[in-house]
Amino acid sequence: MAYDGSSARGRVDLRLTGSYKREQTVEGECARQGRVAEAGESAEQAACGSSATTCIEVRDLSFFYGRYQALQAINLELQARRVTAFIGPSGCGKSTLLRTFNRIYELYPGQYATGQILIDGNNILDKRQDLNLLRARVGMVFQKPTPFPMSIYDNIAFGVKLYQRLSRYDMDERVEWALRKAALWEEVKDKLKQSGTLLSGGQQQRLCLARAVAVKPEILLLDEPASALDPISTLKIEELIEELKGEYTIIIVTHNMQQAARVSDYTAFMYLGKLVEFAGTDTIFTRPREKETEDYITGRYG
Amino acid sequence: MDKMSFSHHISQQYNEELWGILDNVMRMGGLVEQQLSDALVALVEGDNERGELVVTSDYKVNAFEVRLDEECIHVLARRQPAASDLRLIIAVVKTITDLERIGDEAERIGRMALHLLEADRRRSPIEAVAALGELVKKMLHGALDAFARMDTEQAVKVAQEDIKADAQYEAIVRNLMQYMEDNPKSVSPIMDILWSVRSLERIGDRSRNICEYVVYFVRGKDVRHTSFEQMAAEATGDRR
Repeated sequence: MAYDGSSARGRVDLRLTGSYKREQTVEGECARQGRVAEAGESAEQAACGSSATTCIEVRDLSFFYGRYQALQAINLELQARRVTAFIGPSGCGKSTLLRTFNRIYELYPGQYATGQILIDGNNILDKRQDLNLLRARVGMVFQKPTPFPMSIYDNIAFGVKLYQRLSRYDMDERVEWALRKAALWEEVKDKLKQSGTLLSGGQQQRLCLARAVAVKPEILLLDEPASALDPISTLKIEELIEELKGEYTIIIVTHNMQQAARVSDYTAFMYLGKLVEFAGTDTIFTRPREKETEDYITGRYG
Repeated sequence: MDKMSFSHHISQQYNEELWGILDNVMRMGGLVEQQLSDALVALVEGDNERGELVVTSDYKVNAFEVRLDEECIHVLARRQPAASDLRLIIAVVKTITDLERIGDEAERIGRMALHLLEADRRRSPIEAVAALGELVKKMLHGALDAFARMDTEQAVKVAQEDIKADAQYEAIVRNLMQYMEDNPKSVSPIMDILWSVRSLERIGDRSRNICEYVVYFVRGKDVRHTSFEQMAAEATGDRR
């Protein structure tokens, strides 16, 4: 499914061959600062037909669980409408980093971030940032499918109602649109009133994706979205990511390196709370610069 | 990167698979070297026994290629190698293709040697052919040595020997053409020698290919179809 030669993937591959020489040299200087070569981007723009711009800019971001510092001055620029994967061993800080982008950590006492996270130029760590608006712009899907204990229809409509007042007709349309986006519509269209918790695990996770997409966010955060799913459901989720990236900036945390290799355009490798290496996914998986990256992705002792 | 760190995988079985593959590449390389060596003795000294031996031993080289291909496919399918492991498997798959072809060239030389008459051999520039043979034998050995140690400097040195091999090849071809013009009756046997010389030149090219795979494995850079200067720069430049 993920290999059916969908046109978008073909274009990205073309880009990587087309700009091979230029990308390498510029990438070398940028990788350390968490930036991906712009020379590659200009070629990519030509190939993809859409401009690649910075969507999220992380500056000197540190994160603390009480006294424990989980992130050490991260600097990173994430491209709009691309898929970026965060990989690294357990406890490296990849999920922590993901959770700063919608400040969901604030649900827990004693956790705080320092530094800046600019989304379209605005520092979302600013105290004046409206959290509800932020979470409408930055959607999130968790490792375990978390459907609300309500009907499939209401699972989608619930979040939308928090931000928008839609007519019955418009809401019906929105629910169908979101379920279609998540490739779930055909499977559930005749049982929208049925409880979401009765769906299979894979369907539940797609319901959660639909719920996230329904409020029309700009950014989707996926925290191990397929790790509890069977291989077929996993491929369906990956196929969705491929389709959604045309409109959303997607950041995915995964323990499954093959999954990162399959779905992402850029990969960030994290270790002990630091960003070790950030580059195009092809580069990370064929010729990483750092030994730590190499050891991790090839399954060697660190 | 520690370029020979195949024993550092968490999976001991994986380490053994990679070592097994490398071991077999070296054994295949040794066999191909022997084939070339025997073919040269057959060609230069007219030793028909060696010629026969080369022709009847080629199947062993082919068997190595098939077996190594299988081992590499096994690793690709079951381990999904990445980074240096992936580059190693790709380098091996390409190297054994070239080794098998070198084996074929050696077999061809052995076959030609078998129906070359002593008189024709004496009339041909056999010393020059022997010199080219020694040069490509050295190149093949050097390439395998560079591969065994994943030594890019050595790889560059060996690859550059190909300039010499090409020059010697062209000189021999000019000589043989002149000879054919002067002795039209001996065109047929001279053609056999010409094919053999051509095979030697191809072995030089393929040894150079193996050197390029060494650079690819160690540096992650594809240096095929580049100049020697570029290859040397990629092989020695700092990757980090």
